[in-house]
Amino acid sequence: MTSTLEPQVDPAVEPPPETWTARLVRKITANPSILPTVAAVALFVGMLIYGETAYGRIVQYSTLSNLLINNAHLIVIAVGLTFVILTGNGGIDLSVGSVIAFSSVAGVMLANAGWNPWVVVGLMIVFGSLFGLLAGVLIQWFDVQPFIATLATMFLARGLASMLSTQPQRLDDDSPIRSLGTRIKIIDGPKVDDLVITPGVILTILVVAAAFFVLHRTRTGRTVYALGGSEQSARLMGLAAARTKLFVYVLSGSLSGLAAVIYTSRLGIGQNITGIGWELLAIAAVVIGGTLLSGGYGYVLGSVIGALVLGLMTVLITRDGSIPPEMTTIITGGVLLLFVLLQRAVTRSRS
Amino acid sequence: MTSAQPIVQMQGISIEFPGVKALDDVGFRLFPGEVHALMGENGAGKSTLIKALTGVYRPDAGTVLIDGEPRSFHTTADAQAAGVYTVYQEVNLCPNLSIGENVMLGQEVRGRFGVNWRATHRAATEALRRLGLERLDTRKPLSTLSIALQQLVAISRAMVSEVKVLILDEPTSSLDASEVEMLFRVIRGLREDGVAILFVSHFLDQVYEISDRLTVLRNGQYVGEHLVSELARAELISQMIGKDLEALTSLGGDRRTAPRDETGEEPLLRARELGRKGAIQPTDLDIYAGEVVGVAGLLGAGRTELARLLYGADRPDSGTVELHGTAADIKSPVAGLANGIAYSTENRRDEGILADLTVRENLVLSLQARRGWAKPIPRRQQDEIVEHYISTLNVRPPDPNALIKNLSGGNQQKVLLGRWLATQPELLILDEPTRGIDVGAKAEIQQAVVDLAETGVAVVFISSELEEVVRLSERIVVLKDRQKIGDLLNGPEVTAQQVVDIIAQHGVEAAEAMESELEELTPTTGEGGPA
Amino acid sequence: MTEPKTTSRGRDLLHRPYVWGIAAIVLLLLLNTLKDPGYLAISVHPESGNLVGNVIDILRASVPILMVAVGMALVIATGGIDLSVGSIMAVGGATAMQFLSASDDPSSAGASAAAIGLALLISTALGAVNGILVAFVRLQPFICTLIMMLAGRGIAKVITDGRNTAAESDPLRWIVNGYVFGFPFVFVLAIGIVIAVGLIVRRSALGLMIEAIGINLEASRMAGIRPRGLLLTVYIFSGALAGIAGLFAVGTVMTVDVTQTGYLMELDAILAVVIGGTALYGGKFSLGGAVVGALLIATLDKTVLFLGIPSSASPAFKAVVIIVVCLLQSGHVRRRLRRRRSHEAPPGAVPADETQKQEAVV
Repeated sequence: MTSTLEPQVDPAVEPPPETWTARLVRKITANPSILPTVAAVALFVGMLIYGETAYGRIVQYSTLSNLLINNAHLIVIAVGLTFVILTGNGGIDLSVGSVIAFSSVAGVMLANAGWNPWVVVGLMIVFGSLFGLLAGVLIQWFDVQPFIATLATMFLARGLASMLSTQPQRLDDDSPIRSLGTRIKIIDGPKVDDLVITPGVILTILVVAAAFFVLHRTRTGRTVYALGGSEQSARLMGLAAARTKLFVYVLSGSLSGLAAVIYTSRLGIGQNITGIGWELLAIAAVVIGGTLLSGGYGYVLGSVIGALVLGLMTVLITRDGSIPPEMTTIITGGVLLLFVLLQRAVTRSRS
Repeated sequence: MTSAQPIVQMQGISIEFPGVKALDDVGFRLFPGEVHALMGENGAGKSTLIKALTGVYRPDAGTVLIDGEPRSFHTTADAQAAGVYTVYQEVNLCPNLSIGENVMLGQEVRGRFGVNWRATHRAATEALRRLGLERLDTRKPLSTLSIALQQLVAISRAMVSEVKVLILDEPTSSLDASEVEMLFRVIRGLREDGVAILFVSHFLDQVYEISDRLTVLRNGQYVGEHLVSELARAELISQMIGKDLEALTSLGGDRRTAPRDETGEEPLLRARELGRKGAIQPTDLDIYAGEVVGVAGLLGAGRTELARLLYGADRPDSGTVELHGTAADIKSPVAGLANGIAYSTENRRDEGILADLTVRENLVLSLQARRGWAKPIPRRQQDEIVEHYISTLNVRPPDPNALIKNLSGGNQQKVLLGRWLATQPELLILDEPTRGIDVGAKAEIQQAVVDLAETGVAVVFISSELEEVVRLSERIVVLKDRQKIGDLLNGPEVTAQQVVDIIAQHGVEAAEAMESELEELTPTTGEGGPA
Repeated sequence: MTEPKTTSRGRDLLHRPYVWGIAAIVLLLLLNTLKDPGYLAISVHPESGNLVGNVIDILRASVPILMVAVGMALVIATGGIDLSVGSIMAVGGATAMQFLSASDDPSSAGASAAAIGLALLISTALGAVNGILVAFVRLQPFICTLIMMLAGRGIAKVITDGRNTAAESDPLRWIVNGYVFGFPFVFVLAIGIVIAVGLIVRRSALGLMIEAIGINLEASRMAGIRPRGLLLTVYIFSGALAGIAGLFAVGTVMTVDVTQTGYLMELDAILAVVIGGTALYGGKFSLGGAVVGALLIATLDKTVLFLGIPSSASPAFKAVVIIVVCLLQSGHVRRRLRRRRSHEAPPGAVPADETQKQEAVV
């Protein structure tokens, strides 16, 4: 068919191949969803600069190391939560903190009882998957709202963890699981200012990379975004909507299990009160990172930045010393509220 | 252009839902290389027939033949694999994804490292080429395109693999005239390529412009299949709305014939330039106390939209409303009620009844809302009101404590009518009050309307059934394509046929006007830049 | 579509779980009696003349749950949720304790009244914040009450500087621990508050309007109801009642525990409401049912303790109950149970028109 119609398209020749800078600029300006993530990066950098000028000794290897090591578990659950929130329609997972508690208590008890440590690690992840599966089934097949379903699994996991033990369970000193927490010096800086990571951090980086791949290079990942854009459209286009929705909850649960592994290997302790309030931290990380609570827009890298922002915030508050530690929860809540309101304002103006 | 063997043949299709027969022994044929329109009013069964074709519903009886072979699809993916694509009225794409991705979603080009985006976008451009859209930057988000172009992108999804049958369900509802032309050029091109196109639309002029043949459904039944060139508009309309020409010309009942303005009365409501973008164009309307104003028009004419503006359910973009000569600012249903206006919605299930509440509670709800939460209506008064309306409107069963969801549609409608009457409005707007209810209830409601007008209440009566409008109204306002095209006084010589002619004729004139306009348009004129 | 006619009362969903709740209470009490035949015995204390017994303990324990359950019932009826009730309890208790511990004469009536008043003021204000975010900013209830849940604990900690403040105040102590005619006064007070709320809600048109917006917000709006004020009101109620619950909770030991006071109370509240017959998706609610639910939870808690099961396990049981209730209330399950058109297409192919105005003619 000859082309006689000229809709809003430039009647010029085929556009020349883009340079990567032009591509970057175009991606940022044309794609509305990248902007919030860029803002998160700017926020992080801004906080670094502020911290350095106000307190000093912020922009250095040891700070970065501690930021990564201490927040690795948070980054992992934030990644899982990103998948869930991207699917939209109220998608959320409130159980992440409690699942970590159960997984860590159960894992430590099993390891101390003599089970093969790597089997235990696998089981810790599987426990998380099971909670995720339960929530996913409730949501997908029984029309339960995600926040109710994951609220229920949250209480279930917390209760089961308490049934296992109300006392802290200490991992045997010679358990190989602790090896995941060994500090590996990468860069030997002056005095104690070294770049140090742990296998846990490496795992985290792998998780983030894998998540990025899945979301941007697999059909499942694109279905996640499609569901967030319009679940009805995704169904009508013949995408595996039901399976994908189930998948994101199982994934979130599994990543919570993995986060338990990372956390427990570092601390060496599993306790039923672990993780209280972490679901909110994870949600805050995801929201700050630029993922819309309504779904369809957002990136895992943004959630990583969001987690780091929260971690850096804690560091700055501690360094400052004038703000009582009790205020941190209020500040986190306030920041989350602020971002949620911002998101609402942006989506309203767009429509 | 058309070949001998139909590509789609549906025979004896029947589908029944609890309480209603959606399709009753319906047949349908579609040939390759033709544009075939499926016509019918709301509830005629058009969408049900399409769903029976594409596998969303499985028919209780009948067969579907694709290319001569009996087929039954279980999912939309099945239908797509067989080359049958549906593009729905609401563009079913994902606005958050890129254009190319929307085209290729589900069929992305994959390599060893996951999705190969470069190849995928190339394939998308190829699919868009068939519609002449190869110049679109497929990496831009879909949301940057206008609805018209998004629709074309939705159609291009069918081009990714071989399409034999393309079903377009109300594709032009959100498009303006030039966008419609763009779509039609694409459709003509596809037709030349041998694609069979099923076109569902209530816009008569468009149907006449683009279609080769059409099939009419009414109340779930097959009425007829015609060549468009051999069917006059008026004949088509009467086939759709169900009376033959003789029945349409018969009258009943006497109506007041003296023109209102001559008796020197002030209108109760005077609306000037009342309009809302995308819903109804700026319209003038006068309504007098005690008169029944019928609003006639086909689906999509803008009747409900106008009613919602009068009541305050929607906010107008333009225009003023005066009540009893003083300006009124009606921005919400609360304001509408406070100004003595009541509105019975078209969709009683979604916007009317509070399903889990009782008949009593539904009846007194608006009256109570007017009084505010702190002043509950005393029980005795409630009982009186409820008894009164249950008996006057003959609600069955006459049990105030029955849950309204357990009543039949007709009785639900009566309870809703009672709700509005209880607020003692000066103007009552009824939107399709007799749709989907049994004959007896229909008659009762119609009588109630007449009685109401006698007491001095102004009634606006919206209905798709022309003969009902003609029988009950003193004045008939005719809407078409979101515009008021006629405002005539009823009288012994006025017939439903006349109204039909007004609707039909207006299209012809408009089409002729548009054609001459198009000839003057230069090809490079278009909207400036992506939306 | 007409559904099969029900009995004239027609309130199946309300009556049946209500009855189940009472049956469950009876069952649990029986279970306890099996372990100790004298479980249900109520005796009169020789010195004080007060009633003593396990049942009395249950009634006293149910009081905080009663308060938050009533507030939660109203919120859920509108189709929302309030996850912050536990935290607001902590704030209320913390405010009272902190004020009293800092006051010169904490046992004076004035100080006590001020402490109670202040606690109520703050908790109501927090409830109002939730309400404004839901009603006017139109945020989803779960996210803003989730934030309040987090921030509320922080506020409680800030009020007490992180300490578990204790205070002495005879009037407050008496209200919560005292007896009137041998019967625990706090229970009488709580029932009185419930009755008061019930009267406000049912004697005015408030209850009807709350149910209406929970059943169908759009239809209610078209009928002339103003949703925003109603939404704000229910969250204010919930906050205020949570504050009262907090006072009752800290009053028993005259100490606030900033991490433990009200911890997981929202779970108990949701469960009580749901057992009492209010559906999680909103609409008709039952305050009486919420009372039964609260009593059931108190009985359950005491039973768990009595039978020697660690109390930290009860969240698991309660979660299971919520899941079961969700399954029963789920539209999907209901549709399946009714065995709709057996030959409808599988869930993969969703009819597009379900969201459009066109509908099969009813």
